[in-house]
Amino acid sequence: MGAAARFILRRKGGPGGRGWHWTDIVTWVWLIGGLVIMFGPAVWLTFSSFKTPAALNEFPPSILPYVTSQATVEGYDKPLQLYDAKMPDGSTRVLAEVRRIGIMAQMVDPKAPGEIIRVNINDRTPVRSVSFATENYTEPFVHFDFLRYLWNSVFVTVVATLITLIVNSMAAFALSKYEFRGRNLAMLIILATLMVPLSVIMVPLYSIISTLGMFNSLWGVILPTVATPTGVFILRQYMLTIPDELIDAARMDKASEWQIYWRIVLPLTAPALAVLAIFSVVWRWNDFLWPLIVLSRRELYTLQVGLSIYSGELNVQWHFILAMTVVTMIPVVLVFIFLQRFITTGIAGTGLK
Amino acid sequence: MTKTAFSSLLMTPVNALMRIVDAPLRRLQKATGISGMAAFFLAPNMLIFGIFVLLPLVINFVYSMTGGTAFFLSERSFVGGEQYARLFSCVDYLDPMSCQEDAFWTAVGNTFWFVLLQVSLMILASLVTALILNRDLVARSFWRAVFFFPVLLSPVVVGLIWKWILQRQGLLNYILYQFGAEPYSWLTDRTWTFAATIGVSIWAHMGLYTLILLAGLQAIPKDLYEAAEMDGTRPARVFWRITLPLLAPNLLVVVVLALIKAVQVFDEVYVLTGGGPGTSTLYLTQYIYETGFASALRNPGLAAAASILMGLVLVVLTLLQLGVGRRSENKGKR
Amino acid sequence: MGEIKLSDVNKSYGSVHVLKDIDLHIKDGEFIVFVGPSGCGKSTLLRTIAGLEKITSGEIKIDGKRVNDVSAADRGLAMVFQSYALYPHMTVRQNLAFGLENSNMPKAEIAERIGEAARMLEIDQYLDRRPGQLSGGQRQRVAIGRAIVRRPTAFLLDEPLSNLDAELRVSTRAELAALHARIGSTMIYVTHDQVEAMTLAHRIVVMRAGKIEQVGTPLDLYNTPANRFVAGFIGAPHMNFLSAQVVEVDPASVTLTIGGSHRLLVPLAGHKLSVGEKLTVGIRPQHITLASDPGSLTVKVRLVEALGSETVIHADLHGEKLLAVVQGQKQITPGDEVHFSVAGAPLHLFDNNGLRVGA
Repeated sequence: MGAAARFILRRKGGPGGRGWHWTDIVTWVWLIGGLVIMFGPAVWLTFSSFKTPAALNEFPPSILPYVTSQATVEGYDKPLQLYDAKMPDGSTRVLAEVRRIGIMAQMVDPKAPGEIIRVNINDRTPVRSVSFATENYTEPFVHFDFLRYLWNSVFVTVVATLITLIVNSMAAFALSKYEFRGRNLAMLIILATLMVPLSVIMVPLYSIISTLGMFNSLWGVILPTVATPTGVFILRQYMLTIPDELIDAARMDKASEWQIYWRIVLPLTAPALAVLAIFSVVWRWNDFLWPLIVLSRRELYTLQVGLSIYSGELNVQWHFILAMTVVTMIPVVLVFIFLQRFITTGIAGTGLK
Repeated sequence: MTKTAFSSLLMTPVNALMRIVDAPLRRLQKATGISGMAAFFLAPNMLIFGIFVLLPLVINFVYSMTGGTAFFLSERSFVGGEQYARLFSCVDYLDPMSCQEDAFWTAVGNTFWFVLLQVSLMILASLVTALILNRDLVARSFWRAVFFFPVLLSPVVVGLIWKWILQRQGLLNYILYQFGAEPYSWLTDRTWTFAATIGVSIWAHMGLYTLILLAGLQAIPKDLYEAAEMDGTRPARVFWRITLPLLAPNLLVVVVLALIKAVQVFDEVYVLTGGGPGTSTLYLTQYIYETGFASALRNPGLAAAASILMGLVLVVLTLLQLGVGRRSENKGKR
Repeated sequence: MGEIKLSDVNKSYGSVHVLKDIDLHIKDGEFIVFVGPSGCGKSTLLRTIAGLEKITSGEIKIDGKRVNDVSAADRGLAMVFQSYALYPHMTVRQNLAFGLENSNMPKAEIAERIGEAARMLEIDQYLDRRPGQLSGGQRQRVAIGRAIVRRPTAFLLDEPLSNLDAELRVSTRAELAALHARIGSTMIYVTHDQVEAMTLAHRIVVMRAGKIEQVGTPLDLYNTPANRFVAGFIGAPHMNFLSAQVVEVDPASVTLTIGGSHRLLVPLAGHKLSVGEKLTVGIRPQHITLASDPGSLTVKVRLVEALGSETVIHADLHGEKLLAVVQGQKQITPGDEVHFSVAGAPLHLFDNNGLRVGA
């Protein structure tokens, strides 16, 4: 443990004997604090998602999901709650509570249910064991349209990303490899609208979607998002680095323009396409306001909309909401674990998100 | 070898499809020439872009001059500047509650304070984090990832995570309870809720700005610091005279980006507080959304007018960003 | 067949006129080299023949057929690019096959052609590698191979050797000449290196500022350059140019003074020169010899470069620079005064417009 701490806290390159400067302490306080604050909430949520509704309502809450143990005792119809009871002689016994009168509890030994033992309620503590309430995860699939939402989210994310990649790369190809009148104008329009946010155009956009009959349709969620200026911009910048001589060579090789796009330019743009694909997946998976506007039928909700609607209801079923939230987080956490380095360098390079 | 075999298996149907597509496109190319093909490649994107971005942008102005609750433009009546007049009709311009659209001015006021506090605190936190991450750290990319993690989370998830933590039986109260405090319903308190929206949105977004600032810090040539060390410059002086001036262009870009984002705040706050309690966390985007769609008394024209006013603010900020970008570019050239 | 005829070809980008009234007749099987300084339009000319650039006016015919509006793909030509332009994501074999697949050739024939070209260029063992795994010379061969498998009407080569190191360039040059001898197709070759032009070409086209300055065999250009530009461009080191004045005229000769007072008698038939006229005399450095008699040109030595087999002397003649390449090793140091003789050297006379005077 000590060796591990020394390894982690070691300052790289610092001469060993110089000791700790106050800035080193600030650094490590900040980093450890950051670790707790950034990951802590998600971890807490994940632990909570395995708790039973009763455990969720407890205060103070426990970190791990506990359930209280019950036992069926001969002579009693309902299962009884088990307690560790301190006996007058100082020993501890596991007893089942039959009923409580004032501060005294009437308890029985599950093995010998005939005799009633009276115990002060301050002398007994519930028997608890760690148990994961996996039904929080399985039940929403049955009782709610959760599977439906999951499918809608996956559909929107995959289809929107595919269309984004194709449509943006075609436009980027035209804008990087052809000379034509109006090219600069097209580029200018795309750049100028890089900053048109949804909140500014949502009212008229909604009327256009309605006019096109795409209200309450997943296509109404997908289409407005696919012509991202960001995507065109990233891909074009990358395609500009592909030498024009390659295009000329392909033309001399009797390739059609479509083949040049498909067989030469697209394979060579793969790294930029990958970055855009990751961004697009995260964007579309996380989209909230626009699906909220377009989708009003429950069976069309995406995960994000479904979650927000359920969590806004008067009687919030937190045990299900928490589990659904964890499921919603999974793809993004996977992206984070496997592609984090890829994304961070991508953002640092382009300054875009 | 198996990997290439797999990908070739995957690509075979796609390639076949592309070959089928190629035949008519070759004919198109024969007919229109190469420049015609340029138009062909550009068309789908520009079409979608035109219908779903440019057209709404234009219609918005028309929309803002119409009244009624209908969504189809043809069913709406022209009312001229009435919606704008309504937004601006106040008895006392210093008191939002005296305005006809008091919700709008409340949202404007809330958004203003939110933007001011969120951006300044977040940039400060990002800057400190970036400076710390720029030190000679073991496992720097791990620490960088730690601060970046919330950026990828969906706003709905962010809202729910914090709603869960801030509730009465939540983690925050539990921690305070360990120090002897009584549980408190944070999200029923106007001030605390407002503070929570700021804190949560800083938590969710600071990783992105940290990343950009860190890239800026790492672009500062190492030999400048070595030269300063040779001159015996004190660390504080190094920060004020070398780091900060050289980071200034990045810092400005980051501030403007954060401003643009903060003005549009909606998702996570909507899930966390729903704008409440009362109207204490009602921000502009939520006002537009509710005026346009959500309430029974919806008024899309009014929402459009408000969104245009918000758009104007964003245009100013974007121009600021372009100006800042150009200046830092010129600096780079010199 | 690979006969290419350009008539009155012009090309401009907006107001920039990059090709001016190009007339050129390339015969079948000919190895022709476009040479000129960078920006002279030689690459643009090649690209207009390829069909990669449209011409503004004029006519291009391949084997008698007008191809102005025929796309690059359908002109039946193949091109080797300066950067080789190999598709980086394809193996060598796929690179070679790409063009053939596009013309729907049967698989068996594609394989046969690739095999043949690979053997010819000795790249068989690299066929399954990607271009990134090859050396510069190997990539160059693949680029040529990609052209060969197409069996084109003519090969267009755009500075194909300029990315190779000096040694490889010399050996590849010889291989290219051998390849042409073997295939016999028309080859059009663009370079800025006049040594490549001299060693490879049947005929050289010298270009400057979008215009053809002279077309001829290498020795034609060397012996009778049509103007001062060609004279200076062909031959290394560059030809010396000295200002001269006509002092005596004869029907079969003229007498000039150079270097202030030195008199030169130049045999020249059918000229229209008159006494007092100012000319430029061109003398190749290799044609100057060292002399001992004081009656020859007296020059002051500025710099001596001893190359072993020959000695390059940079000298000064009445304020004009004069370069001489003399055989063997000489005991001369900067600052010395030496005597140069131009007796028997071929002299080139150019008028004020830079045009050649006489035959």
